Amino acid sequence: MINLKSFMARQDVLALLILAALLFVVMPMSMDIFRLNLIGKYLTYAFVAIGLVLCWGKGGILSLGQGVFFGLGGYCMAMYLKLESSTPEATAIQSTPGIPDFMDWNQITELPWFWEPFNSLTFTLVAILVVPALFAFIIGAAMFKRRVGGVYFAIITQAIAAILTILIIGQQGYTGGVNGITDLRTLKGWDIRSDDAKYVLYFLNGALLLGVLVLCQFVLKSKLGRLLVALRDKEDRVRFSGYDVANFKIFVFCFAAVLSAIGGAMFTLQVGFMSPSFVGIVPSIEMVIFCAVGGRLSIFGAVYGTLLVNWAKTTFSETFPELWLFGLGALFIAVVLVFPNGLSGLYRSYLAPHVDRWIFRKPPEGGSSGADPLDTPAFEPEPAARPAE
Amino acid sequence: MNTVTNNTDFLLAIENLTVSFDGFKAVNDLNLYVDENEIHVIIGPNGAGKTTVLDLICGRTKATDGSIKFRNRELTEMREHEIVREGVGRKFQNPSIYEDLTVFENLELSFPRGRSVWGALSFQRDAEVTGRVREIAEMVFLDTLLDMQAALLSHGQKQWLEIGMLLIQDPELLMLDEPVAGMSVSERKQTAKLLNEITKGRSVMVVEHDMKFVEDIAHRVTVLHQGKILSEGSMAKVQSDPKVIDVYLGH
Repeated sequence: MINLKSFMARQDVLALLILAALLFVVMPMSMDIFRLNLIGKYLTYAFVAIGLVLCWGKGGILSLGQGVFFGLGGYCMAMYLKLESSTPEATAIQSTPGIPDFMDWNQITELPWFWEPFNSLTFTLVAILVVPALFAFIIGAAMFKRRVGGVYFAIITQAIAAILTILIIGQQGYTGGVNGITDLRTLKGWDIRSDDAKYVLYFLNGALLLGVLVLCQFVLKSKLGRLLVALRDKEDRVRFSGYDVANFKIFVFCFAAVLSAIGGAMFTLQVGFMSPSFVGIVPSIEMVIFCAVGGRLSIFGAVYGTLLVNWAKTTFSETFPELWLFGLGALFIAVVLVFPNGLSGLYRSYLAPHVDRWIFRKPPEGGSSGADPLDTPAFEPEPAARPAE
Repeated sequence: MNTVTNNTDFLLAIENLTVSFDGFKAVNDLNLYVDENEIHVIIGPNGAGKTTVLDLICGRTKATDGSIKFRNRELTEMREHEIVREGVGRKFQNPSIYEDLTVFENLELSFPRGRSVWGALSFQRDAEVTGRVREIAEMVFLDTLLDMQAALLSHGQKQWLEIGMLLIQDPELLMLDEPVAGMSVSERKQTAKLLNEITKGRSVMVVEHDMKFVEDIAHRVTVLHQGKILSEGSMAKVQSDPKVIDVYLGH
């Protein structure tokens, strides 16, 4: 970390502090553990939405299959937890004690080879990051090297989400099928279902989220961040400026996949199970909606978008369960038609000028910042970095 | 036909180049040479294959047959970004710039350093980069607009910005596709001046329709017609060639 200021403008630091205060102070003090745990669950989707900001908002690569990576991370975590709770003593009534219950129900008598390494927590933690990255790399290399992009790429990712769901459901004996992997209890002997554990996991989740935000901020402020925007704008110009375009797309797709997987793993820990209903097409598209509502150009917006949509989902589906899906659809249409830059766009047009004036004592921008003010530092960067007077 | 493997003294040597799209030969057995420090203009009626020739050189279109040698290195086997790194820059017909970024950022991204993923992540905007960006911006008349979002530039300024984005890469061969299309008279004059200035130390290939502009800049002119060379030589020679008058310039 050479110089924090070089990639965190004052507004970004402020945004980070406000979010930290909201997550670590306001929410825990105003909610019981049940509601807080729900917020924690929503925040795991925010990891996916942040990944989509980089991939889709900045880079213009729309993936409708981010649930795949959320699921891979979640399943890796769930496999470890399931093995820990399937001790021979705990499963003594099974015909084969010591293997997960759903395997026993499916007449499997021996732990499959690919489950074996998940006895190790270290392996599991590495797998949560590496498995989705590898999978995204394979998809990315296959697609982007062949110049598959735009709608075609979106459709293919959607197909992959469908395929993976069908695979998980079909291979019930190995994956837990449509029910998923349930009845997860302890992590290294620590009961994750207790209220204390839920508090700890909530804070861990929040800290990871803030860490991811800082990391993304670093990526976006680097030249790579500007290259992503350039790619979205004029891919050919980037290519004919001497860049191997496919490599950059593969990188950002893998990066988004890893973020999604971290979210998935935290989901499993906080909710206590993982199932194919978080892998398929519907959740994948919902995650795109979270990102769009928050504003697909802002990583902070993505977090608020996720919280807002999920809060609305919970509230409305408790009261009007049958109307919720229409509401979600209407919301998406409204975002696309009325405020295409989402919450962050609204903030930028209406609130940011006042915030800048009151907090930073800075005259409002002369309207020159367009749809994507990637680089409008409010502070004075070191002289060499100042583009022009 | 056995010249394909020969080495030449030319900067760019195109020999027996053919490309066919579903049997239609857009470029047909073309031989074309570009000297060092030369402004070589390609003219010809619509559909003559002018832009296709540029596309073939920069790797956007793959040749069906023939060879393109740049400093005696075969380009037809290379991928686009490798050709750029060899020292061939290409400007597109419509201004192709990053509209959401500022003029400064547009030029900075074109600066030839940190072109890999890790290079881009660790890229530092140091004095060398800023100095070079300012220098180029001044050349292309944009030094007072560095902070402006590129989308807000005028059409002519966008064309200049793209030329600047190529210049900052310092290519040995610069290919410009209709650089003055849509420019005002004064912008054309400035552009002609700019081209004469930047050709010091490099070669430039230009596709252009504006005869007045061609006269101002061309060292050598090639007239293409139906994928073949109709005439070649100085502007005066080409203009008086009856074949050229017949198919292109008119009586």
